[in-house]
Amino acid sequence: MSAIAPTAKLAGTHRHRSFFGGVYSFARREFRDALSSRWFVLYTVSFTILAVTVSFMSLSGVGSHGFAGFGRTTAGLLNLIMLVVPLMALVAGTGSIAGERERGTLLYLLAQPVSRTQVLLGKYLGLGVALACSLCLGFGISAMVLAWRAGSVGISTFVMLTALTCALSISMLSIGILISVLSRRTGVATGIGLFVWLILVFVSDLGLMAGTVLFKLRVQEVFALGVLNPLQAFKMSVIVNMNASLDVLGPVGMYATQTYGDALIWMLALVLTAWTILPLAVATFAFLRRNSV
Amino acid sequence: MIIAEHVTKSFGRTTAVDDISFELQPGCALALWGSNGAGKTTLIRCLLGVIRFQGRASIGGVDVKRRGRQARSLAGYVPQELAFHDDARLDAAILFFASLRRMDKHAAKTALDTVGLTGHERKRVRDLSGGMKQRLALAIALLSDPAIIVLDEPTSNLDAAGRGEVSETLARLKQCGKTLLFASHRPDEVIALADRILVMDQGKAIQDTTPSEMWPNESGVQMIRLHLTMASESDAAKVLRDAGHAVHLNGHGLCVAVSRDRKAAPIHALSRADIEVRDMELIEGISSPEASP
Repeated sequence: MSAIAPTAKLAGTHRHRSFFGGVYSFARREFRDALSSRWFVLYTVSFTILAVTVSFMSLSGVGSHGFAGFGRTTAGLLNLIMLVVPLMALVAGTGSIAGERERGTLLYLLAQPVSRTQVLLGKYLGLGVALACSLCLGFGISAMVLAWRAGSVGISTFVMLTALTCALSISMLSIGILISVLSRRTGVATGIGLFVWLILVFVSDLGLMAGTVLFKLRVQEVFALGVLNPLQAFKMSVIVNMNASLDVLGPVGMYATQTYGDALIWMLALVLTAWTILPLAVATFAFLRRNSV
Repeated sequence: MIIAEHVTKSFGRTTAVDDISFELQPGCALALWGSNGAGKTTLIRCLLGVIRFQGRASIGGVDVKRRGRQARSLAGYVPQELAFHDDARLDAAILFFASLRRMDKHAAKTALDTVGLTGHERKRVRDLSGGMKQRLALAIALLSDPAIIVLDEPTSNLDAAGRGEVSETLARLKQCGKTLLFASHRPDEVIALADRILVMDQGKAIQDTTPSEMWPNESGVQMIRLHLTMASESDAAKVLRDAGHAVHLNGHGLCVAVSRDRKAAPIHALSRADIEVRDMELIEGISSPEASP
């Protein structure tokens, strides 16, 4: 144990990182923690296995090459993504701040020369990058299988699917982080996250169908209500990106194509962006206002 | 220096810190003394700007409300028990906190050396003993060599050996001219380290005194624990305080600091107030400051 150097100065120099430097420090730590966590490994392995399985099944059904391979796989993966990816992102987000609070580590972090905004954004970025890596791994292995068996024609559709899935995951992560900020306990946050997942994946579709029948909603109203769900916005984005007609979605899809045309993809992108920025902004505001550590 | 002006913090209808003001000059050590629930921890959280509060507080002349990040960069913080990811290795943990203070690996190494943790870098946080965890917290607090160290009952969860390790380091820090603000309910720690004592009760500062005033014959002070019925503990604490005893409640009885030759005095005081003492036990003696390292 070495001697402590005498210090008689009134106060030390200000030793803290710039705003973005602090965010980067937290993001890096969060990313490393995520890589070594069980949830990350479990979801990554599960997603990769499912994605590769769907790829093989798509290929075996077609027996052809090129675009058909990637195109059919994209369509096949769509439903899998809509089930698994929101769950991954919501669970990751809900455990973030609530987990730190429950373990008592949040107080210690906030007692360092950092702001609450840095902590929140750092955790968000770290988890976002970890999720993106997890998804890219799954899609990457799946793409390699497809390229090996069916060539690389139509791969741009698959790349776009990967990008849109990453966008969906970070919007779901925003919602998860908001739930985490507002919850005191990880268990409660995870429970709310699962409830939100259930609503977005199942209940909203059923509710929309029931509402359409009960209230005799017009097609534009059904479209407006449907597109508010980030999962539906994601689904339509993927279908539009595949150069497929939204007619597969029935009258609502036909209405969307005819009414909005080329602007539709931007509109859907805006919905996903709004689902990313708004929950994160509310989470930041709530985190700054709350006293709990 | 640390200045608190009318610091008040309420949680709903409960006032945890009630209009507390004090000034702590550079190089001085101030002990916050009081029972569990007296408001010591909340006051420390306010002073660090971790939670919102009414009134004003500054560290090294920097307002903690307006420039919390800068203010916290001037002080190191040691919690009651280091709360950090248990899976993290010691070197990774300290490098993360070093990055938040823009300090390099060399500073981290020096801080570990200062607290005698060199050679333990590859251990995981969960594998450290209580005393080693607290020394790690001290190393993190000392990373940027701040002139001010804020400690929240740093030895309360440690065994005698762990307390000795931490107390020794704190004594050396004080000798080196660091300004110490610490919460404690251990008379030996307060006698050894503090220049002043702020006695707190139910959120209020009820006395600003010195160790020699509080324990005139400090080398002959003995801690005793009185076991009473739960209902009478708070009344008993008041009676004993009125009789001039230093008292704290910790959920395991009423701890009272008494002169070695007058150990029965608190029992007599309680008897006069018709409060029954079920049992008593001697805790441990208090070493004089001269005997402390």
